Amino acid sequence: MSNGPFGGRTRLSSSVLLVLLLGIAVAVQMPQTVHAQEPTPSDDEVNRIAHQLYCPVCENTPLDVCPTEACRQWRALIRRQLAEGWSESRIQQYFVDQYGARVLAEPPRTGLNWLVYILPPLIILAGVVMLFRSLRAWTVPDSEETQKDAQEKPSASQADALSDTYVARLEDELKKRS
Amino acid sequence: MSEKTNTTPARRGVPVWVQVLIWVGLIGLLVILAIGLNRSQRGTLQPGDRVGNFDLTPFSGYEYNSQAQVSLESLRGKVLLINFWASWCKPCEQEAAELRSAWAYYKDRGDVLFVGVDYVDTEPEAREYLKKFDITFPNGPDVGTKISQMFRIKGVPETYFIDRDGILRYVQVGPFSSEGQIRAIIDPLLQ
Repeated sequence: MSNGPFGGRTRLSSSVLLVLLLGIAVAVQMPQTVHAQEPTPSDDEVNRIAHQLYCPVCENTPLDVCPTEACRQWRALIRRQLAEGWSESRIQQYFVDQYGARVLAEPPRTGLNWLVYILPPLIILAGVVMLFRSLRAWTVPDSEETQKDAQEKPSASQADALSDTYVARLEDELKKRS
Repeated sequence: MSEKTNTTPARRGVPVWVQVLIWVGLIGLLVILAIGLNRSQRGTLQPGDRVGNFDLTPFSGYEYNSQAQVSLESLRGKVLLINFWASWCKPCEQEAAELRSAWAYYKDRGDVLFVGVDYVDTEPEAREYLKKFDITFPNGPDVGTKISQMFRIKGVPETYFIDRDGILRYVQVGPFSSEGQIRAIIDPLLQ
């Protein structure tokens, strides 16, 4: 019943080929694992820059968390600029040029803006100095007052002498009465 | 008889120059605060105010007489409508059709000019907006928000009407309700 000396091997090869083809067909049909595609550049990259900017329309809300349409457009612009290869400093400079320095979370260190950086530490320093002086004044008695008190208050020997005189007078009085 | 001598050093006070420095600093701070408060509470330019000069760099395709820059000084003698808008501003969309039709009514006269100032916007969206609402009068971005700061606008849309002598005559805060409303403001300025 054999088809020759290689008949059995041929059938075996055909079976293996069939199984392989079936395997490939099944593999192709199987659902692939799909990961969520991060937009390029990622939200994190966009928000890292957006966090340093404030839209003039929404005061006191950083751009990365601002929900308005204007801020959404700004974030989209940052994404486009990052995709074009702009650096962080170039993007910041673009926003300053277009919308003014007030969009920056950290004001540039020029002109009156220096007050923002200099005044708070100065005020804190002055407060610490005042507090220190006040505390020292409360804990260390005033020298003048100490001296005055010392002058007004009798010394221990004076007090003893007064006490002796008083006792002597008291005894005299008792003797007179008894 | 012993003579009492006060050997305790006198208590040191704050030096005069430090006191002067502190007072000058405090007064300076108060002045800066007062200026800031005054500026923030002044509101928009008011009718009767003379409008200072500003330069607008129009979007490509929205120039005035093909000029790369429009200067307010160069427009003296015309009645001007300065409209502040933004593509993200929904109320601006409400008045876009009114502005378009009013411009269509006046544009051939030559003595009336509409100028759009795009406030805190991004150019692709701004262009899309202009195209969508078929707005053709000169328009450009408010670079550095200098123009809006000069007018001290409080939001968008806001529209300022300036007479031939450069005096502000009317301020419209919010969108126009009709083309007739715009014409009712401009026509008296042309007489």
